Amino acid sequence: MLGPEFEKTVDAIVAKYPQPKAAILPVLWEVQKAKGYIDLHSEEWVASRLGVAASHVHGCVTFYTMYKQRPSGRHHIQVCTTLSCMLRGSDELVGHLEKKLGIKTGETTPDGKFSLVRVECLGSCGTAPMFQLNDDYHENLTLESVDRLLASLD
Amino acid sequence: MERILTRNIDKPEALTIAGYEGAGGYQALRKAVTSMTPDAVTEEVKKSGLRGRGGAGFPCGLKWSFMPKEVDPKRPHYFLINADESEPGTFKDRLLMEKDPHLVLEGSLIGAFAIRAKAVYIYIRGEFVYGAHVLDRAVAEAYAKGYAGKNILGSSWSCDLIVHRGAGAYICGEETALMSSLEGNRGYPRLKPPFPAASGVWACPTTINNVETVANVPFIIERGADWFQSVGKAPKNTGPKLYCLSGHVKRPGVYEAPLGLPMRELIYELGGGMLSEDRPLKAVIPGGSSVPVLRAEECDVDLDFDSLAAKGTMLGSAGLMVMDTGTCMVAAMARIAHFYHHESCGQCTPCREGCGWLERVLNRIEGGTGKQDDLDLLLSVSNNIIGNTICALGDAAAMPAISFVTKFKDEFKHHIDHKSCLSGTVQLQGVR
Repeated sequence: MLGPEFEKTVDAIVAKYPQPKAAILPVLWEVQKAKGYIDLHSEEWVASRLGVAASHVHGCVTFYTMYKQRPSGRHHIQVCTTLSCMLRGSDELVGHLEKKLGIKTGETTPDGKFSLVRVECLGSCGTAPMFQLNDDYHENLTLESVDRLLASLD
Repeated sequence: MERILTRNIDKPEALTIAGYEGAGGYQALRKAVTSMTPDAVTEEVKKSGLRGRGGAGFPCGLKWSFMPKEVDPKRPHYFLINADESEPGTFKDRLLMEKDPHLVLEGSLIGAFAIRAKAVYIYIRGEFVYGAHVLDRAVAEAYAKGYAGKNILGSSWSCDLIVHRGAGAYICGEETALMSSLEGNRGYPRLKPPFPAASGVWACPTTINNVETVANVPFIIERGADWFQSVGKAPKNTGPKLYCLSGHVKRPGVYEAPLGLPMRELIYELGGGMLSEDRPLKAVIPGGSSVPVLRAEECDVDLDFDSLAAKGTMLGSAGLMVMDTGTCMVAAMARIAHFYHHESCGQCTPCREGCGWLERVLNRIEGGTGKQDDLDLLLSVSNNIIGNTICALGDAAAMPAISFVTKFKDEFKHHIDHKSCLSGTVQLQGVR
């Protein structure tokens, strides 16, 4: 399914743990990196490869919020709206992004370019408000700096 | 004061092992492994008075001493580093991992030596993609230099070092949930006993420490327990501490100071004072969002474990969330409740249902449709969560709820009676 190179990656991960089951989270990260999200076929593949039930893998995929069960936008904007960010204007930031992108939180733009979600505390409270754009943190945001950032993305 | 934990954070050269060694790095590991016994290391840490920096403040050396003195080959020892930093208001471990990764590794390895561990797993929250990358790079360097892997520094002790990424779940910062997650399960907390030292990850003897806790260890080994005792407030609140300051202050950020820093000094001197001159201090949550809130007049307090406990709250993870008079306390508490509802793992009914119930009631008060007996209901739900669950997540929602409702009762009542907000500057925003 994911090719012989992927098999090697999985072997290297499994070798780091006393039990193959412990490799579930890191292997799911690799699946998501390769495919953009984790579908049921991939879950079944991971399950049989690591010797656990497919339902167990599905249980992990649905428990951890960072695993995507469907594709997100090319630029996935995750705005922290927990208390410290709220005190520094994260709700206004979300409102601005919704207006600017023409979507509500939880949605993806029709062209698949942007998706927008609210997330819980990202451990960046001293540089609030902030969001995580795909893997990267963008901190001390202002509405102007957000506009500049969005304009720079293709 | 001399910067201890943060001495390297603005030195980019410390990111490489050569730069870290150049500043005296890995000498403490060398001293421990080549000239001390594991028990002597544990004894020194015990004498230093170092208390866990993750939230509970448990004495670190004492925790290490619970581990078996002999290793049963069928049950190797594991040392887990809790880098799941996810308590709202807390962002200190991230700083250490991103700016001084070898300090974290050196402390982890010394701890692993003390408890005779076969491997260290650093469980880092999934969102810290960059931090995990920095740590991975540092781990590779540590192996190449013989600080990790087989026969470390020529000794008979071998230990692996593995960075393990979480995938988005606050609960995995709870030590037994972290172990469940590391094993490849949902992050469900487990009942204690058995305690991790008896049966932890993979049912083997295990010790779990926070990132900042182990970052203190190289300094204790290098300079001695007596030196550590001279920093902070001996005998029970010793050593340097990283304070996380966020909210309505001019200069939020991480500040290092000896344990026992007066809160007003942190807010008004280090933090530059309140954000707006016309909005004075109203309240502070001193230890991450799960601890009881303090009113402004309660803020003449030193930031250490025992001084804050005497005020009925906790140092916790030292995440100070500062709120000015423009803050609606109902909205603030509703946001906290939303967090715990979202993050409850769902195992225990009082937490799973109770946190959602708190959130719904707080949201209706905030939105102007609260009922007269809602305040009693909030207290009743909270009191039925506390103590009735496997882990402390439910308590972490209930304790702030009780403190907000009792300390800012007039604001909550005003919302119910007048369907408007007493703090004035914040409009009713509705529910999210």
